[in-house]
Amino acid sequence: MNFIRNIGANTLNFIQSLGSVTLFLLQILGKSATAFVRPRLSIRQIYFAGVMSVLIIAVSGLFVGMVLGLQGYTQLAKFKSADILGYMVAASLLRELGPVLAAILFASSAGGAMTSEIGLMKTTEQLEAMNVMAVDPVARVVAPRFWAGVFSMPLLASIFNVAGIYGAYLVGVQWLGLDGGIFWSQMQSNITLSYDVANGLIKSAVFGVAVTLIAVHQGFHCTPTSEGILRASTRTVVSSALTILAIDFVLTAWMFTE
Amino acid sequence: MKKSILEFWVGLFVLLGVVAVGFLAFRVAGSASGTSGQSYTVYADFSDIGGLKANAPIKSAGVLVGRVGSITLDPNSYQAKVSLNIDSKYTFSSDVSAQILTSGLLGEQYIGLQQGGDTDNLAAGDTISVTSSALVLENLIGKFMTSFAEKNAGGDNTESAGQ
Repeated sequence: MNFIRNIGANTLNFIQSLGSVTLFLLQILGKSATAFVRPRLSIRQIYFAGVMSVLIIAVSGLFVGMVLGLQGYTQLAKFKSADILGYMVAASLLRELGPVLAAILFASSAGGAMTSEIGLMKTTEQLEAMNVMAVDPVARVVAPRFWAGVFSMPLLASIFNVAGIYGAYLVGVQWLGLDGGIFWSQMQSNITLSYDVANGLIKSAVFGVAVTLIAVHQGFHCTPTSEGILRASTRTVVSSALTILAIDFVLTAWMFTE
Repeated sequence: MKKSILEFWVGLFVLLGVVAVGFLAFRVAGSASGTSGQSYTVYADFSDIGGLKANAPIKSAGVLVGRVGSITLDPNSYQAKVSLNIDSKYTFSSDVSAQILTSGLLGEQYIGLQQGGDTDNLAAGDTISVTSSALVLENLIGKFMTSFAEKNAGGDNTESAGQ
């Protein structure tokens, strides 16, 4: 009996939090004018969300590309198909690994930081103080962070992809001796701008919306204690990772199946 | 942090991101994007398309000249109707032939166009009449097995007639 009641309670909680996040998104969109009228607020947040994540994104991309190059070459060589390494790596990165891994890394670095920062503002009653001074905290604090995340995510995913392709080039061509011309030509004749590159960018923009929305929502609605901030930051990373993977499945089924 | 330093780093980040998108557009998707400009559509009917997919390359003499648009089943003839988006800078004669070929042993399938001898050119909306379907390995093995069995049966009959 309790088991069934738990399922019911969890389902209601899930629907409630989904509704809360949706209402929060509408609230942010309605109060986004400040973020655009005063772009300096967003630029500051782009620095914290985007610039501070570049290094981890680029280094991770490079290593992911190197692993793909090494594993791909080893397996493809068994079937005398090592020539398609460039295409295989580029397709994997552009369609899936680039947007997904960059978003998960972004969630764990910038997303967690966003939640903690807003949570700390709430705990130290800075958000309340803004309200008292007739400054809307959603317009002043949340909206610039949200738009900074949405803007930064596709750029970070592109940097991840380029670093990954270069990593695969280093391993496949420079280290294992695959012909450089074939590596690029196979990639160029099979990867399309309107299909692979554009869909990858759309995916990363959607992930950007999801991750930053979860991060700011968790921060804004956390329990105003140190433990509450800690829990909210953890929830941001976990929920973001799961949401990214779920959205990725839906988007892949929609974009890449014929 | 000083305003100018903040702006410098954000500017550098945006520049880096734009360069990365440019690299993906021109270096990674280089030649393929060349055919996504002006193109005209012609059609070809095949009795079997094998594993041909939308967006597959169309090549003539090994050069990429376009991409496959949509693939549908004609409800009257029960043949696969394939739309071919060919780059506007290439023209083919009206008796051009289309073949479904495979690149390498395990490679992807693409359409190969073989120029004909007619002086009239293929126009948008035309249908290519000379087509050759995909080579399906199972059918080929089936034919080989049948001819092998027939040959054996013929050999047995000859032997028995000799005795």
